[in-house]
Amino acid sequence: MKKRLVDFISRFYFILIMIFLYAPILVMVALSFNDSRSRVVWGGFTLRWYGTLFSNRQIREALLMTVGLALLSSFIALIIGGAAAFGIHAMRRKGYVVMMGITNIPLLNADIVTGISLMLWFIRFIPLGFNSVLIAHVTFNIPYIILALLPKIEQMNRSIYEASRDLGASAARGFFTMILPQLAGGIISGFFMAVTMSMDDFMITYFTKGAGVNTLSTMIYGEIRKGIKPEMYALSTVIFAVVFVILLIVNFSPANKKAGNKREGMI
Amino acid sequence: MDRNRRRQLLALPYVAWSILFTLIPLFVILRYAMVDKEGHFTVSYIFAFLSSVNAKAFLISLEIAVICTVICVLLAYPLVMVVRRLKISRMSFMLFFLIMPMWMNFILRMLALQMILSSNGILNMLLGFLGFPPLQIANTNTAVIIGVVYDYLPFMMLPIFNTISDIGEDVLEAARDLGAGPFTVFRRVILPMSLPGLKSGITIVFVPSMTSFVIADILGGGKIQLIGNIIEQEFTRSSNWNLGSGLSVSLMLFMLISMTFTIKDEILTKRPAEEISEEEKAEPRVVGDGVSRRTVL
Repeated sequence: MKKRLVDFISRFYFILIMIFLYAPILVMVALSFNDSRSRVVWGGFTLRWYGTLFSNRQIREALLMTVGLALLSSFIALIIGGAAAFGIHAMRRKGYVVMMGITNIPLLNADIVTGISLMLWFIRFIPLGFNSVLIAHVTFNIPYIILALLPKIEQMNRSIYEASRDLGASAARGFFTMILPQLAGGIISGFFMAVTMSMDDFMITYFTKGAGVNTLSTMIYGEIRKGIKPEMYALSTVIFAVVFVILLIVNFSPANKKAGNKREGMI
Repeated sequence: MDRNRRRQLLALPYVAWSILFTLIPLFVILRYAMVDKEGHFTVSYIFAFLSSVNAKAFLISLEIAVICTVICVLLAYPLVMVVRRLKISRMSFMLFFLIMPMWMNFILRMLALQMILSSNGILNMLLGFLGFPPLQIANTNTAVIIGVVYDYLPFMMLPIFNTISDIGEDVLEAARDLGAGPFTVFRRVILPMSLPGLKSGITIVFVPSMTSFVIADILGGGKIQLIGNIIEQEFTRSSNWNLGSGLSVSLMLFMLISMTFTIKDEILTKRPAEEISEEEKAEPRVVGDGVSRRTVL
């Protein structure tokens, strides 16, 4: 009896937090179907904003910029950060502590300070524009890659790599067939985290972008006073839905289900 | 050992990158903070946070940051326990659940919160429907606090969840067998074991939550000035970059203080690679400091 009560309270609490986290998202989804340019008036159901979404050049450009920036910066961060994770792993205590300290700076520093300090530095040698934003995003993405990869490198079994080398595999082949598969989980989650952070960033982009460069975040920020274009709600809903479906498939596909714990007790 | 040295070289591009784009920018902002408009040395901007207007913003920011951090901790622990209890303990699910909201644009989420909290908003409509009096949350500190908690809650939950999901059921079982009640188990086993996660959660939430000028703008209705708002205005409107830099540097001091916590942890948990025996290498072991566990997915 007591156990069932505690279970009930547990579930109730879980659902409350879920509502807290997802209510604003539901509001945005609802607004994307609202047949009115005002946020506070419900003008009936429409799919209009989804139709006009891609005919708006400004939005298309900002979307391309945002996605391109996120993927490119995460990819560069993956290369630099991935190599760094191997290097840091091989370091002795002192080097390790120093490197991890530096890696933590962009995570612990307030975004506004990161953004401003980069901006003050950039204006000395490059014009603010796509490149400056890209460098800024790579800078804050690298720590996510390193922190996702380091534990995987620690756990990795190196003897099978050495065995493959003994059996005549080249260093590259040994790396791609023996090391990389073991790190796949860390690579994927680090990359995903980096893309998420880059897509969601506002502050650092805001300070390091020049005129003419707009991501969805900075574009929406500029529209707050004039009123947000309803197409923005539609676009955000589309992005959210696409990622949601992809993650759902990846996380809860039957192949994964066997490996995971039972989650039936959820809701 | 030679090979070890060669492997260390792999970190070189990152070393170069972080010197160029992490360390030097910090010195640049420090330099801006220490000169006045004519280029003469001064420390007045670094201590500008003591002047009345800025001190007020600093205190409100501190107050909001403390309240938000505490609320995040208070919300996170029960949730993590609940998730454990309901055996939804797969990390990928928790991650999915907590990271997914970030895929709806941050500013839109804040605007949505504003619509929910505003005086004739969704929350008050629901309350009215249930027969309760409406709440006046919009444009107050409370609204800003709700926004900040909303934004940073995942960053508190993930590291705590990480450490707690590592605790084996057998450990808790043992505690119970020895006569501990649920609260004793929590206080003597779970809480101490989750401290690294808690610590990294606090460092990641506390300083940034002092600066969220966008949240203060949208949910505070322009009435609430966080230190982030003041810095932003110095750069965009009043264009006193030196003052803005000075305030940023004082913020960085807070960051440095919180960093000393995490680095201390690191020294305790990390041993040089050579010291680790082969058997140990085969065993997955906990790595790095609390902050790194945040993103250990």
